[in-house]
Amino acid sequence: MTLSASAIQRAGNSPKIILLATVVLCFLISLIEKYIQQYWLYVSFDIGINIILAVSLNLINGYTGQFSLGHAGFMGIGAYTAAVITNQFSTLNPALAAVVFTLALVAGGLLAAVAGLIVGIPTLRLRGDYLAILTLGFGEIVVVVLQNMDAVGGARGYSVAHGWTNFFWAFGIAAVTIYVIVALVHSTYGRGFIAVQDDEIAAAAVGINPVKYKVTAFVIGAFFAGIAGGLYAHSKQYLAPDGFGYMKSIEIVVMVILGGMGNTPGVVLAAILLTLLPEGLRSLQDIEHLPGLSGEFPLSWIGNTRMIIYSLLLVVLMLTRPQGLFRIKK
Amino acid sequence: MTEFLQQLINGLAFGSILALIALGYTMVYGILRFINFAHGDVFMIGAFAGYYLTPKVAAFLPTPSIWSAFVVMIGSMAICAALGILIERFAYRPLRQSPKLAVLITSIGISLFLEYGGQNVFGAAPRPFPKLIPEYSIGTGGLSVSSNQIIVLAVTVALLVVLRFIVLKTKTGMAMRALAFNPEGAALMGVNINVIISFTFGLGSALAAAAGILFAVLYPAVDPLMGIMPGLKAFCAAVLGGIGNLPGAAVGGLIIGTVETLVAAYVSSTYRNAIAFAVLILILLIKPSGIFGKKEIEKV
Repeated sequence: MTLSASAIQRAGNSPKIILLATVVLCFLISLIEKYIQQYWLYVSFDIGINIILAVSLNLINGYTGQFSLGHAGFMGIGAYTAAVITNQFSTLNPALAAVVFTLALVAGGLLAAVAGLIVGIPTLRLRGDYLAILTLGFGEIVVVVLQNMDAVGGARGYSVAHGWTNFFWAFGIAAVTIYVIVALVHSTYGRGFIAVQDDEIAAAAVGINPVKYKVTAFVIGAFFAGIAGGLYAHSKQYLAPDGFGYMKSIEIVVMVILGGMGNTPGVVLAAILLTLLPEGLRSLQDIEHLPGLSGEFPLSWIGNTRMIIYSLLLVVLMLTRPQGLFRIKK
Repeated sequence: MTEFLQQLINGLAFGSILALIALGYTMVYGILRFINFAHGDVFMIGAFAGYYLTPKVAAFLPTPSIWSAFVVMIGSMAICAALGILIERFAYRPLRQSPKLAVLITSIGISLFLEYGGQNVFGAAPRPFPKLIPEYSIGTGGLSVSSNQIIVLAVTVALLVVLRFIVLKTKTGMAMRALAFNPEGAALMGVNINVIISFTFGLGSALAAAAGILFAVLYPAVDPLMGIMPGLKAFCAAVLGGIGNLPGAAVGGLIIGTVETLVAAYVSSTYRNAIAFAVLILILLIKPSGIFGKKEIEKV
């Protein structure tokens, strides 16, 4: 008994085992998916996708200290790439579909990573607010280019044939993302990210190449954002270029800041909370005579209220708890 | 050729509005070294102030006239100056010793608050801006210039002259320049830093309000999200001219406005919103200090 208990304990300390267990658990849940209410199922996919986005942005904004405001741009590139690939196929048997889906997701991630490389290179010369504006500009350029690409529907949007995203994909990949990023940052190599964030000049002085770390952070972050985009495409089955603009990027940034920059568990928690928040607001819609709720535009009221809450969260957090809601002081 | 001149005039009119907004960015950056993301939304509030003031002013002044436009513009500039000072006092001042990133994030928060709070207060749908100035069309040989465009250019030039006078010839302006040059040194020489920073925010926000009114005169519709794009483009203009540099911001605004209008006219109008960012990325890659900026060396 004691032997097996200690074996479990040892296994509990091994992140790889936890990862494997999580992925298997996600797979098992995906088998009973049809018994879960559809609405909550799709909310849960959103949670998984937002976890991937927030955790990957946390590598760039949190651990490496680069302020990116264009994460949704990477997501958009991944979403459209994966959707274009899977739309080439009609119905497939499940095994083949899984292979095609994996390849499409990876392709979307890789293309987003290339974009991350291109965006990351200016970090050679830029820091702080300049970089923020540049990444914001990148995100807007992605939206404008997508709006002008007739092959993917332009501003009208693009339908995705397959709804392949399920619990296994959304949370399995979220678990892999968390594992990869945490393992990376805690590796000997990965300590460089934190060194660059703490003091770039000091890091350079002890032989860490800040440029290499910054570009790497962008490439890895963009890769996972691209994959999240692919999952998003195959969950919503409809893509609109506007959905990958400034507002989506801000949403991801708020998750990272709320969770505490460079604090992965906090960021995961914030991603879950901020995905559920608008759903909670949506249920408020059913309550009649809510002050401020005009009968005509309840949907826009939810969108606005969510953004107002985000904006106040940002200001109040910066003024009172700049380390994030869930961060314990180092 | 006529069409080119026509587009050039359109571009200059739009560019002069960007220049006025860019001045606010560059002044704040010069003194506090951070991007005030909320500046574009102060521009939006300026336009809305004009929207609400116009009927009030129309009650005692004949309304499409230069005088009512003047009163509305002064009123809107005063409202936005107060708003800018309030934002600085309550959101940015408590963070003056914090990392730059915290201030940047706060300004994004204020910006979102003004945009979406504005949607709840003013409604999301665009509203037609009332006619402030009688409009004439002056045309020679196929070239048609609206009197509004000339007014926009003239008001911009007048405001630039006033700004230049304030910054170069007054004691407050001297304090602003001293503060931008060396905050500690300025404080030791008896410059009241808080007052000067408030004044800078007020001045920049007043210019943004003037830009908002001019924008609404030129493109007569106001909505709560109207400040996002002009704000971002004006920031690109400020960087193009060399951030922290006042003539640079004005020149950068004119360049961005003109290039954007020309590209929209001759290349593709659907790409117009990407132009400013493309220019920004190019300038940051080639000469990050901008056209008139000086290169700064980072010291430990």
